[in-house]
Amino acid sequence: MTPLHLCLLISTALFCIGLFGALARSNTILVLLGIELMLNAANINFIAFWRYGPSHGAANGMIFVLFSIAVAAAEAAVGLALIIAVYRHQKNIRLQEATVLKG
Amino acid sequence: MIVALIIIGVLILGSAAAAMLRRNLIHSALLLVASWTGVAAFYLWAGAEFLAFAQILVYAGAISMVVLFAVLLTRQSRDAELPVEPATVTRTASAFAVTASLAAVIGAAVSTARFPASAAEAPSATVKEIGLDLMQEHGAALLIVGIILTVALIGATVIASTDKKRDPEDAP
Repeated sequence: MTPLHLCLLISTALFCIGLFGALARSNTILVLLGIELMLNAANINFIAFWRYGPSHGAANGMIFVLFSIAVAAAEAAVGLALIIAVYRHQKNIRLQEATVLKG
Repeated sequence: MIVALIIIGVLILGSAAAAMLRRNLIHSALLLVASWTGVAAFYLWAGAEFLAFAQILVYAGAISMVVLFAVLLTRQSRDAELPVEPATVTRTASAFAVTASLAAVIGAAVSTARFPASAAEAPSATVKEIGLDLMQEHGAALLIVGIILTVALIGATVIASTDKKRDPEDAP
């Protein structure tokens, strides 16, 4: 097994852990963190292929991960703001009870 | 070399799995900091030092703080930690089934795939090269990311600070 395979297996496992968290947990914050884990798994793939790809001209993999980290930061900020807004209306952040959109 | 990768992988996956299984949210957030630091260690291992430091700054520094603030601001009383309901059990079981089958499919695909041999020497990217790449070739993308970040942060502030009071003419 080459290091590339090992990297890809690690990122697969990380993606699946994040997916499980996003699907199974009922706390909104944990769902958001599961999505962050999935993003991290995708970034690991980019870096693995950048490192072990057949040819590397430019540092495109790294640049892509840099932008992905920036977008993930924006996503986390907006997501947590939404969670706080929902909490203010419903005094609760469980997914099952946030069934009404109009506060 | 590969032993270090295995250790890093165990650190990332172990802390992520523990974080997703813990009942206490603060424990989860702190365990995720460990997992993100492990990802930064992976970047270091792969030779992407700049990204490793960016990961530590953004994830272990900024996002974890925002998450901890959100956890503390939306804190519930202790009895809100509900016992496991049947609906929750069903959901957990189906989530586990979906995740396990996805892991099996991707894992099988990855482990049987044959990739072209990697280049002889490891790629190198100094900070200077990354900076030139960002500002020249990807200048437009850099500007767009800046706009996205600005809009997202202003939007987050507006969403989180909106008061319940509305204009009277907004009322139905």
